[in-house]
Amino acid sequence: MSDLRTDKITNFSNSLAKELKNAGIEKIGACIQCGTCTGGCPSGRRTALKTRAIIRKVQLGLDEVLFDRDIWYCSTCYTCMERCPRKIPITDIIIELRNLAVRKGNLHPTHVALSHNLWKTGHGVPIDNEKWEKLRQYHELPSKPPTVYSHPESLKEIQILLESSKFDELVGIGLESEEEEIEFENEIEYLSKHITNVQAIVEALPFL
Amino acid sequence: MKEKQRFSLFLGCIIPDRYPFIERATRKVFEKLGIELMEMEGASCCPAPGVFRGFDIDSWLILGARNLTIAEENGTDIALMCNGCYGSLLEVNHILKTDPEKRAMVNTHLQKIGREFKGTVEVRHIVDILYNDFGVDKLKQRTKYGRKEKLDLNVAVHYGCHLVKPAESRPWNCDIEEPRFLDELVEVTGVKSLDYRDKYMCCGAGGGVRSAFKDVSLDMTKEKLNNMRKVGAEAIITACPFCHLQFDLGQVEINSTSKDLVNPNFNIPVIYYTQLLGLALGFTAEEVGLIKSKDLAGVPPFTSMESFLNKIGEKVGV
Repeated sequence: MSDLRTDKITNFSNSLAKELKNAGIEKIGACIQCGTCTGGCPSGRRTALKTRAIIRKVQLGLDEVLFDRDIWYCSTCYTCMERCPRKIPITDIIIELRNLAVRKGNLHPTHVALSHNLWKTGHGVPIDNEKWEKLRQYHELPSKPPTVYSHPESLKEIQILLESSKFDELVGIGLESEEEEIEFENEIEYLSKHITNVQAIVEALPFL
Repeated sequence: MKEKQRFSLFLGCIIPDRYPFIERATRKVFEKLGIELMEMEGASCCPAPGVFRGFDIDSWLILGARNLTIAEENGTDIALMCNGCYGSLLEVNHILKTDPEKRAMVNTHLQKIGREFKGTVEVRHIVDILYNDFGVDKLKQRTKYGRKEKLDLNVAVHYGCHLVKPAESRPWNCDIEEPRFLDELVEVTGVKSLDYRDKYMCCGAGGGVRSAFKDVSLDMTKEKLNNMRKVGAEAIITACPFCHLQFDLGQVEINSTSKDLVNPNFNIPVIYYTQLLGLALGFTAEEVGLIKSKDLAGVPPFTSMESFLNKIGEKVGV
């Protein structure tokens, strides 16, 4: 029974638990490892994501959970949370674990790119090609929606807020060199000009 | 006479920037139903609940609150068309209305841009407004108007997770494992909503999974598509642009990346709910954005609408 590592449990309640302050972490002690969460997880059917194991690792204060890909395989469908017989806010805990993981530098490159979109345009999915404006016109809508796109001062507001919350530092906005940025934009410009076949675009450029 | 209902329309990102025909159809339908939609000038990303909330909860609260203040200035509740935006703005609004500490934190940041979260509006999904305010019975009366025949079609309804869950903050008084409200709304148009295996399963797009692990997300989509095809779905009806994207673009991607596993290719038209409702209310296929531009390449819909338009063509003036 010495394998139970009670020191680890103490360690968790003193550190990781306190860091998980938003998600109602105090409820995690109620987990009976029944596996209802894992049983209903659509992502876990095809990946290494085992929700029950994540909760167990958090109970034991095992930081490795922050460095596994597993917490990023969750599509946040909330099935586990709705079905949990102990009413543990599992999905919210996974979200909170992601927050901690990001603070340890564990952030997928495409998620960094999404954050850059947010910073540069106020939108996760930006109007990055004139075809999107033309598509709006085709559907009898103004080429720019009445969002940040029609209000440059709103973009400034977004950037002030993201600086104020230190989101910019967290996700490494502004860290890439100007050269890299120009290269990236040139590549997108090239692709949008030279590829008209839908399939090729899908393969060449992350649509989202 | 009852005062006209007004909402502030929150667009989000995917609808105005990728799937604008959803915006087009929704504006048409709401105008016809006599519900006024005000613009939310300068609104940003909600911000997205799986990714940005996953990176930093406080930043998510702050940007979400900024969007809410725009509706507060308009003096109306929010109407939105995206389950992701719903998941963000509904939750942010709820947290800031009930947690004084979070609210104070958010307002300290908002002060820097001269805004303040006051907590004076509600966040509503258009499906919620149509079902709980307008109501199925009233819609049925309206859809008879201008239409002698009903749409003869078997469809697979896809709810999308955040429309329904977490149930605690959602306005559905129903069995969360097997809701019926969207099926009822869909059947108002005269189509038959099919039961299929794992109907309430995730499309696979959410939580940042599509952007980081596209193969995983498409594998979920493929499972749903197989289940839809098995029961003979002639169209997929969505209530979220991200689920919509995942099924529309996803079918093209799956046909290409899983060539050996998909036979024949998936080709089920994907239709947003207000596009379908719009048809039933008497709009043409073009007016609800079902006709693809012949001049623009690499834009949605990626999955062909042809089978759907052929089937209903003569009834909607195509």
